[in-house]
Amino acid sequence: MTLPDTIPLPITPHTFEPDETALDIRGALKRFGREEAQKQPFWKRGPRKPPEITVAVDHISLSVRRGEIFGLLGANGSGKSTLIRLISTLLILDGGEIRVFGHDVRRDERTVRRMINRVSVEASFFKKLSAIENLMYAARLYDLPGDYARRRAVAILQQLGLREKRLYEPLEQMSRGMQQKVAIARGLLTAPVLLLLDEPTTGLDPRSKHDVQRFVLQMREEHDTTVFLTTHDMDEADRLCDRIAVIDSGRIVALDTPHGLKTAIGAVNGKNGSTTMEDVFMALTGKSLDDDFELSHDFEVQHGE
Amino acid sequence: MTTLSTRRGGAFGRELRGAYAFIERNVHLFKRYWAWELVWLAYSIVNALSITFIGRASGEITGVAIPPEQINTFILYLMVGTLVWHYLSVVFDLISESIQWERWEGTIEYTFMAPISRLTHLLGQAAFAVLYAIFHTAIILAIVSAFFRVDLSRADFGAMLVVLTAGSLSFIGLGMYAAILPLLSPEKGLQMTNIIKALVLLISGVYYPISVLPDWLQPLAHISPATYMLQGVRAALLEGTGIGALWSGHVLPLLITGLLTIPTGLLAFMRAERYAKATGKLKRNG
Repeated sequence: MTLPDTIPLPITPHTFEPDETALDIRGALKRFGREEAQKQPFWKRGPRKPPEITVAVDHISLSVRRGEIFGLLGANGSGKSTLIRLISTLLILDGGEIRVFGHDVRRDERTVRRMINRVSVEASFFKKLSAIENLMYAARLYDLPGDYARRRAVAILQQLGLREKRLYEPLEQMSRGMQQKVAIARGLLTAPVLLLLDEPTTGLDPRSKHDVQRFVLQMREEHDTTVFLTTHDMDEADRLCDRIAVIDSGRIVALDTPHGLKTAIGAVNGKNGSTTMEDVFMALTGKSLDDDFELSHDFEVQHGE
Repeated sequence: MTTLSTRRGGAFGRELRGAYAFIERNVHLFKRYWAWELVWLAYSIVNALSITFIGRASGEITGVAIPPEQINTFILYLMVGTLVWHYLSVVFDLISESIQWERWEGTIEYTFMAPISRLTHLLGQAAFAVLYAIFHTAIILAIVSAFFRVDLSRADFGAMLVVLTAGSLSFIGLGMYAAILPLLSPEKGLQMTNIIKALVLLISGVYYPISVLPDWLQPLAHISPATYMLQGVRAALLEGTGIGALWSGHVLPLLITGLLTIPTGLLAFMRAERYAKATGKLKRNG
């Protein structure tokens, strides 16, 4: 089964040049003031203590080609989600620039918004509403006709293994995995040319994870969608991504194909041929994916990373 | 690959359909929370009755024999006050709470990254707020009127509707200003919106004429749109004053206030949105 691509209304197609750059990030910088001084009782505050600054994205430059699945690996608090929010126009850059198919995220904000969609790690919905009600709300915001949106939502969710009758149940009655599938359907409903996936399979069971991964590949094959993916799942990154960047403390510390990264690290650690993406991650960041969760927790609470 | 749709109505049609998204979504939410809506309606009716009973008890409270027609006037005065205030509060609350509600549900980022203008977003929310407030207030009016058997034979309902509509514009603008507070302070912003409401309640003559206010509060009473709205609705319902007589003294000031508060409220909201995006406060749960 394939997604219905016929849209019963006039549509202006976006024409692409061969090897067009889908996403171009140059010197992206994002800082947050943590205002630690304000958390202290007033009698402990220094008179002129400056607020502490956290650099969440530190002069990152990279580009993603049209149709590419690009992975961004990093531990919690490394700046992955901040970068995705900067691309999504949900945060404002402190320096540098980000372009989506040539459109600046700051100056051409609404054009960029029409071209992108995002799936985040939390399935954020009006939980009392049904899946179809939530999806129709999203569809109307993107000016999709109701009939088309309904048919497309059903088709996407069926491909993700969700039966149609579940569409009419409140989201609060669905499991986390099912809710995440509805979130993915929302992201794909608007046929984005750049899809931002922020840990889309975190918390999913292996079967659901597999369904989502298969669907991402299918989206790229059938719709030429460019995918920017952050994940904690090293196997997922290895399987899906054409290229992978590793981010640590807001900086890109490596960028290559999965094979290129494993070969380079394998040559250093002497495990050439058996190096895994987890080895790559450990070698480049000096951390496992889990052990810095506690350290980064404060940052996440503060900035929703 | 398809991206930009070209449906009927061009950019205006697109924004109109975007505004409808908020109305439809809120109607769905209203239906899902129907039991709580009934509780809220019951509370609102009891509240209106409690305040209006003060009018019936005016003789006993003061120990003076008050003629029935004066008691009727007092009842109507309080009833109009409580109904108009309920209407304005609902409009104001639904607009100002919209940010906090989306933040609580976690949907705020999805709404803010949708390709619609902020004006469309806020006016869509405002359109639902006005429809909901009319529906709610009409039910309360029907029940309270039946309870007190008030005489509305002289009322000019057409003039009342014009005043109500003009006054709604002002409160939509004020609601936009109030919606800024949860953007600036995820933790305390919503509570702070109550300060604006309390101030308007104090100075606008909801339950008493503004002439009883101390001199230093009188200027504030004269710049509050609720003052003009209440005076206009009371004149239309209690004295049957027509729209011609109400135009320059009540409707026009309300329209001017609306024309000032909506664009400035929108600009202020957009500025607050930029601040929230610059500081990372858009997403944080309060």
